[in-house]
This record gives sequence, C-alpha cells and structure tokens, in this order.
Amino acid sequence: MTWLSPILLLLVTWLAIFLQTGLMPLRELLGAPPNLVPALIVYAAFTHGLAMVTALTLTAGLWIDALSGSRLGTGVAPLFGLGFLLHTRQHLLLREQRYAQFWLGFAGGVGVPLAHAGILELGAAEPALGWFTVRQMLSLGLLNGLACPAVFLLFDRLRGVFEYQPSGPGPYTSNREMKRGRH
Amino acid sequence: MFKRPHYIALGTCALLLLALLNLPAPTSARLKLAVGGVFLPLFGLSSTAHSFVDEASYQLLPRQTLIREVRRLEAENDQLRLQSAQGTDAIAENNRIRSQLGLLPRGTWKPRPARIVGRDPSTWWRTLLIDHGTRDGARLNQPVITAEGLVGRIAVVGHSHSQVALIGDTACGVAVLVVETRDQGIVKGPQSTVESGIVELSTFQHSPQILAGHTVVTSGDGGIFPKGLPVGRIIDTRAANAGLFTTARIRLGANLNRLEEVWVLEQ
Repeated sequence: MTWLSPILLLLVTWLAIFLQTGLMPLRELLGAPPNLVPALIVYAAFTHGLAMVTALTLTAGLWIDALSGSRLGTGVAPLFGLGFLLHTRQHLLLREQRYAQFWLGFAGGVGVPLAHAGILELGAAEPALGWFTVRQMLSLGLLNGLACPAVFLLFDRLRGVFEYQPSGPGPYTSNREMKRGRH
Repeated sequence: MFKRPHYIALGTCALLLLALLNLPAPTSARLKLAVGGVFLPLFGLSSTAHSFVDEASYQLLPRQTLIREVRRLEAENDQLRLQSAQGTDAIAENNRIRSQLGLLPRGTWKPRPARIVGRDPSTWWRTLLIDHGTRDGARLNQPVITAEGLVGRIAVVGHSHSQVALIGDTACGVAVLVVETRDQGIVKGPQSTVESGIVELSTFQHSPQILAGHTVVTSGDGGIFPKGLPVGRIIDTRAANAGLFTTARIRLGANLNRLEEVWVLEQ
C-alpha cells in the first residue's frame, strides 16, 4: 500500500489549490490567497523519496501557474527549491517536534511566495508588491506554520491506518531459550 | 555532496523550466489552459452546488415575500424601460449629430452574463476565472463590468472558461477621465491589496482641481474599454514627481470581493 500516500498527497494538493481559488472570508482575513502548498511540500520532503518530491513540486507549481496570472513555469522553481533543500538536508533538521514543524511551515509559507515574486521581477513582470506584502507574508507564514503540524498529524494517522505496520516483538525472548549440551 | 538521483531531479526541473519559459506566448497560454483543465470538474461541481443551494433557498422563501419581490421588480422594470426609451432616443440623436459632423457612430455593446468560478491562487496577481469561454463568444480584451462599475478585461480565453485581469492588476491598465474636471489619466497598480477596492490614478499633468468625491469613468482611449463606464470615486489626491503630475486614490465602484456574476461586453 505504499502507493496510497503519494496519491493521497497529490489529491490533497489538487484540492488545496482549488480551495485557494475560493474561500473568500479566509482570503479577506489573510489579505492573500490561502496557499497551503508549502506545508504539504514540507511534509512530502520529510516523508517521501526525491522522485515524489520532484513530481509533487512540478505538478503543484504548474497547477498554480495555470490558474493564476503568472507565466507557466515561474511557480515551479520556488516549490522545487523548498522540497529539494529540505529533502537533502533532512538529516540536519528536526521534524518530529511540533514547534520544528511550525517553523518549517512558516519559513516555507514566507519563502515560497517571496522567491516567486523575485523570479517574476527578474522576468520583467510586475507583481503587486507594496507595504501590504509584509502583512500578506506574515499571514501566509502563520497559516502554513499552523497547517504544517496538522498535515504531519493527519497524514501520519492515515498512513497508520492504511499501510502495513512493522510487527512488534514476538513471544520469543533469549533468556527463555533452552540450550542443549555442556555450558 | 549530492548523489546521482539529486542531479537527475535538478536536471529534470531545470530542463522543464527552460522549455516552459522559452515557449512562445500563445503556446504557453494554450498549455496553461490545458493544465488548468484538471480543475474543470471541481469548478463544475462548485457551480452545480452553488445553483443547488440557490434553488433550495428559493424553495424556502415564503410566497408573500416572493410576490412582494415580483411587484418591486415589475415597478423597477417599468422605470428602466422608460429610461431605456429615453436613452435610445438620445443615442439616435447622438448618432445623427455624429454623422453630420462626419464622425463614425459609436458601436453598441451587448452584455453577456458570466459567473465567477474562482480567483487567482497566487499572491501576486488580481485575476478571476469566469464560466464564459470561446463557445459563449468570449474574445481577448473584452471588458467585464457589473452594474456598479468596471471589473477588468478578459486576459486569457479558453473553450469554456476565461481569465479576467481585474482593474488594479498590472495586466489591466485603464485610461480614465475625471467627469467633473475632464482630466485624463491611467489607473494601474493597486494602492493596497486590490481586495480593499482601492486603486491609484496617475494623471498626465498636475491637476489640483481634482477633489475627493469626484467621479471617474473610462475615457475610451486605448481601444479596449468603451467611453463612460463607471470606475469609482476619488478618495484623496497628492502631487507627484515634484508637482508635475497628480496621483489620486480611487475607491472602485464594483466591490471586487463580493462579485458573483459579471457582464462581459461584446461588440
């Protein structure tokens, strides 16, 4: 059942991007679209292989670009950068603790849109930047920071339900072993 | 250091990005629509659910309320018919005078209804998705309005859906006119998040006579928007570039947060 988790992750990303195009009350509250994709990429980078991280970041970036005013492909690099960086440095990062997950989500929530804006500026596009961007980044950071532990919790539970669990220690113990011959 | 799979992943991503960013603009737009097609089932589902909730809410309304509403709408319809008759007369007179002066008659615009199905998922753009595509007669750059004012223009056209660049987005500059002073300028770029409904007007010269409360309409220059579409009202003004120009903040007439249906103008 190892295929279930990647499919579920792709499905949730698809739904998250669709919800990003709506949810007006949350959009008004944040001052920006409720982008939860960075939190999902953080989870994928820590729990899945590099192939899955690459596939997820490429797909999510293309999906977001397809529905937005950005040129197709500009949204891929920031997501891939986040996924690749976390995946290759996962042995150096805390991932079990909730506060570590919060700060990783926060960093992703702020870093990904800012990197995207930087790429757009390099491509001579004029993204809507101003003082209001500070509020938008803080809101997105907080949203992803709060969402990241929830994503870990939810997906770990689902994996626990649907995937084979390692069997625990059996009834055999070494001090009960009967040994024959001279000792 | 990196291992072989890391290089493969980096190479795949770099190649894909190079290919996508070097595509010609029309191919990129077509590809964008094809990729966005993945979400069409969800947009369809959302529209159906919306219609179902609307229908259910109509079923719950008491009969007396409906009768009262019908009567109010009948009265409003009579008033609008009268105004329309007067307007038709004025248009005919205007066209007669224009032909006497040797000017081309103004084109007529047919409004087509469209429903908002989604908004831009990115933080950096102000766009909408509407359920009005080439199959419904949509074309690039058609103006999109509501009864309260200008909303934007069609920026990308698909078969069943189109993307609308909202007024205030960098892809939707609008040439405007201040009705009271006849000063002209351009609206572009949001003063804050466009959801707050405030955009910035830059005039072509210093115009101290523009005051708060003045009405702003489209000037018709640029060839995309017809002249006279309401845009909004001036909130405040300030001198820019050492007094060479005037910059004014405009509160938009159309509430871009609460849009559900819009009108696409076809010529």
